[in-house]
Amino acid sequence: MNADLIIQNAPALLLAIPMLGAFTTPLIGKAGAAVRNLWVLLVMAATAVVAFLLAGEVLTAGTVIYTFGASAPGLTLPLDSGGIPIRIIFTVDAMSAFMAVFASIVGFAVMLYSITSQSRNSGQDGYYALLQLLMVGILGMVTTGDMFNFFVFLEINSLAGAALVAYRVDRGVAVEAGLKYAILSTLGGLLVLFAIALLYGQYDALNIAMIASRMQFSFLDKIALVMLFIALAMKSGAVPMHFWTPDAYSMAPSSITAILVVASQASLYGVFRIAFTLYGLTLDYATIGWIIIILGVLSMFVGVTMAIPQKDVKRLMAYHAVSQTGYMLLGVGVGLAVLGSPELMEQYGQVAMEGGIFHIINHAMYKGLLFLTAGAIFYQTGTRNLNKLGGLGHSMKLTMIFFIIGALAIAGIPPFNGFASKLMIYESVFLFNPILAIIAMVVSILTLASFVKVFHSIFMGPRLPEYGEVREVPLPMLVGMGILALLVVLFGVFPQQVVDILITPATTALIDQGGYIASVLGGAS
Amino acid sequence: VYYNLPFIAAGLIIVLGIIAMLTRRNLIKMIMGLSLVEAGVNLLLVATGYRAGGIAPIFTNAPSDLMVMPTVQAMTLTNIVIGIATTALLLSFVMVVYRTYGTADAGEMRKLRG
Repeated sequence: MNADLIIQNAPALLLAIPMLGAFTTPLIGKAGAAVRNLWVLLVMAATAVVAFLLAGEVLTAGTVIYTFGASAPGLTLPLDSGGIPIRIIFTVDAMSAFMAVFASIVGFAVMLYSITSQSRNSGQDGYYALLQLLMVGILGMVTTGDMFNFFVFLEINSLAGAALVAYRVDRGVAVEAGLKYAILSTLGGLLVLFAIALLYGQYDALNIAMIASRMQFSFLDKIALVMLFIALAMKSGAVPMHFWTPDAYSMAPSSITAILVVASQASLYGVFRIAFTLYGLTLDYATIGWIIIILGVLSMFVGVTMAIPQKDVKRLMAYHAVSQTGYMLLGVGVGLAVLGSPELMEQYGQVAMEGGIFHIINHAMYKGLLFLTAGAIFYQTGTRNLNKLGGLGHSMKLTMIFFIIGALAIAGIPPFNGFASKLMIYESVFLFNPILAIIAMVVSILTLASFVKVFHSIFMGPRLPEYGEVREVPLPMLVGMGILALLVVLFGVFPQQVVDILITPATTALIDQGGYIASVLGGAS
Repeated sequence: VYYNLPFIAAGLIIVLGIIAMLTRRNLIKMIMGLSLVEAGVNLLLVATGYRAGGIAPIFTNAPSDLMVMPTVQAMTLTNIVIGIATTALLLSFVMVVYRTYGTADAGEMRKLRG
């Protein structure tokens, strides 16, 4: 094994490994469940290792370029192409690497958790194959540097996601939720393709860097921007296009919900990539920034107020996911609104964006953890109804601890990771507009109130007779939750280190449109 | 002016598809609307690839070497394949929904609310 060769081809391997895994899983499944489980774990572990290697390379040596089909990965412009990058090029900057790393961590935790949580179900070969395909979709969306390629991975993401939402086909509601998700995602995907056609028609290119370097922000570009924005904001579950989230998140198996959160964030990454890299300073950043801010505030507020009256624990958590997405939009929106002014950017814009981007990874960790605890409770009791649950604190102590960690993190209580990113958002947004910061804090308090209520109705109270036989969940599920819980605590205790190592480079990369273009097209930035 | 006709046709097909998706309650008809949107987008893609006097990049017996790069055609083919997979998945969902609820009407089947 040549380590250099792996690093050199890491962007391709990052997708090739889970894709190979996905298509071999049904075959290997013939050899028995144990062999298959080992295989899928191995595939996910290998994917995560490649993601870490790639991130290490990006953070030490700068943006990694991978040109498919070229004699050398860095050969982006064929000599006879007239200066147009005609090949599919993966452009992995610090932002992409950051997304790939945390997606593969959550993917591995979910895979481990699924080994037990799905063990009673039929059709597991299909389940694992689709789960790996979903990972391919997510990782592809965040690493590709090509608009059409982005669309293809978006479709892989949507189709695998929809099939997994409807995984429990014996229950009509699950299929109904899957159908809703699939129709909306497909319509969104077609809007994205329409926008790509408009961009290609004007600029004769599909490469993001190439389009960005030629961007004129004409009338057609504005239409394309609106379409891309609507489609991706819908996929990321922002208000007012959030209506599919509670259905899809509550009906999917809990392990899948945890990964659907990451899939939504890949779309959120798409929104940011398009705003900052594809359009950059050519767009009317103050207006677009304010639109993102308003969507963010609406998402925060509508999400949390819809969450409070819910009786189904996963539906409740799904509305909280909508609400938390609002924080990311708020943070990055503030950054976009002041993009044109270097001193305001220095003063608070950059910190606001770092807060928003830090919140993406934190959200994936604690929300994934919360959905996995909800799945653990469902696994042992067979219900998600808060009115029927109670007294589980006596029998499921570890799950209870994981739930507390997740709940405190989502409410932004120190020393957990949600606090670290929310504090950055509060401080910087306060300088931008105090009212927005106050709304953000109020939403956090409402979130805490909601989770205190959930905690009380699930875990507190006397041991209920119908749950007398309930025990702690098996070890693989605990380890899966434990990985995420550990990261929630670690990120909360050492936020500065995480920000320095991962978040600041990611934010800088996202702002640095010139660097992105130069890394593909060459020349001075 | 004539050059714009394919674009207008593509826009019309897309709008028709979206209207069908919004106004029809029958799931099969909603999926038909979605297919119309897809057809419209495909038409737009192919229309952007038209170059007056361009020839297909097939080198055997080519009359000249001014050839059109078939990027959008390749994109359209990809989208057709994706569309088939999506439609098949959606229709199979409708089958399951019909089997469990006894109806394919979106208005009657809403169990997920709130």
